[in-house]
Amino acid sequence: MPEETSLRPIWSGTITFGLVNVPVNLFPAVQSHGVHLRTLDEDGTPLRRRYYCPADEAQVEGEEIVRGYEIEKDQFIVIEDEELEALEPEKSRDIDLRRFVDADQIRPYFFERPYFLAPAGKSNKAYRLLARVMQDEQKAGVATFVMRDKEYLVAILSENGILRAETLRFADEVRKPEDIGLPERQSANAKQVAGIEKAIKKVSQKSLSREELRDEAAEKLMKLVEAKFKKKKDVIRAEPTAEADEEFVDLMALLKKSISQAA
Amino acid sequence: MSTTTTQVRARAIWKGVIQFENVELPVKLYSAVQDRTVHFRLLHKKDRQPVKQMMVNPDTGEEVPKERIRKGAEVEPGVFVLLNDEELNEAEPESSRTITIERFVPPEAISHQWFDRPYYLGPDGDDDQDYWNFVEALEKQGREGVARWVMRNKNYAGALRLEQGHLMLIALRFSEEVVLAEDLEAPQGRELEKSELTMARQLIGAMVDKFEPEEFRDEFRDKVLKMVQDKAKGKKLKLVKPKKKASQESLAGALEASLAAVRKRSHA
Repeated sequence: MPEETSLRPIWSGTITFGLVNVPVNLFPAVQSHGVHLRTLDEDGTPLRRRYYCPADEAQVEGEEIVRGYEIEKDQFIVIEDEELEALEPEKSRDIDLRRFVDADQIRPYFFERPYFLAPAGKSNKAYRLLARVMQDEQKAGVATFVMRDKEYLVAILSENGILRAETLRFADEVRKPEDIGLPERQSANAKQVAGIEKAIKKVSQKSLSREELRDEAAEKLMKLVEAKFKKKKDVIRAEPTAEADEEFVDLMALLKKSISQAA
Repeated sequence: MSTTTTQVRARAIWKGVIQFENVELPVKLYSAVQDRTVHFRLLHKKDRQPVKQMMVNPDTGEEVPKERIRKGAEVEPGVFVLLNDEELNEAEPESSRTITIERFVPPEAISHQWFDRPYYLGPDGDDDQDYWNFVEALEKQGREGVARWVMRNKNYAGALRLEQGHLMLIALRFSEEVVLAEDLEAPQGRELEKSELTMARQLIGAMVDKFEPEEFRDEFRDKVLKMVQDKAKGKKLKLVKPKKKASQESLAGALEASLAAVRKRSHA
């Protein structure tokens, strides 16, 4: 295991509601899982992904790479980091909550990706206050903010005393049934509806256990890999890959440290 | 509303059959999202050529052609178990057209954190009657189905639910991928003061409204596109640096001032 003792935040900034500032760090709540499949040379050397310029037929290092927008075919406008940041300086730093809604009003298909928010700065009091009130009232704060090259619509939710940011899709990113051309509703056959209802009831339960959301295909491959490893079959030692830094961390343990032990 | 008489239906990305107990319902699957992100390309600074990616052997610095590339599982950092195509294929789930409903649960049983990607399901076949029977039954029961299926050699779990009068299947993340809030402990500290809790409640209460997704626009996207146009015309850009945030004197003071501002606004 690499000696990774703390998690680097994806974004750091301030949640504001009214004139109250809550400094926070944003951490991922999801991680890749299963077998970490890598590409190797035939002798087992792990390969690295490199950029190259087809014009020079040469490899290009990170600092020689810039971001470009294709304005016409093969015509690019170069965009610098500072230029993007300057477009929305406040939104790059603040999640300004001006609107709170009933948490259950946000339809499930808006939700894109969950992140945890940990208190940053000297005191966690404002964080705890916001988390407590939002949880008691079952409210979600909605705002937009800018992270890296992109603006996000985000719902801030509170559960178990912890603030979570769920990125949401913008309204123009979700389709309506009529956009797809789904047919309009027709009347149903009461007898057949009753039959389906009976079948639904038969397989109904109150809750969903995590066990039911396991990825069996990933587990199957993992078992095969472990069996080969035990038998020392096709096992190769080489340099750890760059991805290993990220993928061999215990996200839950690191989150526990970042959130519960913050200030 | 469009006045044309023929409605063009979007292309289905997959077809399957919902199954549980004695129920069978053939459906077509459509993406419920459309990407509107502004996409950038990575360029070589010197000549503004889009760069490409290749796989390089770090020992030799040379590109490795496809036929020489092998797959290996990194079991510990720096320890690899080689896998051949046969082994990899065998681990893939068997292809099938069945969307198995494992069970139905109340909607609140599925945490937001699981939700990944939504799909609409439309009727498949000449007769839509079975589809509408199913919609009505699900509506009356007020439940969601927990579904499993295999699409393009990949395992999926999903929530089958109603959305705007139609069936929707939302792909769920697998349990191994998600850390839930219940797994973690809340930050601790001295007990919060009653007066601060009351003020915070009032402040948030004053900002409660309905969720109207259309009110939130990706303005950044528009600004990026405008900047690109300006730069193309050779306009000089003014760079604004984010201002440093003034530190907050006291939490109680900030709450009081916020409440006063909110009240003034609502009386105006």
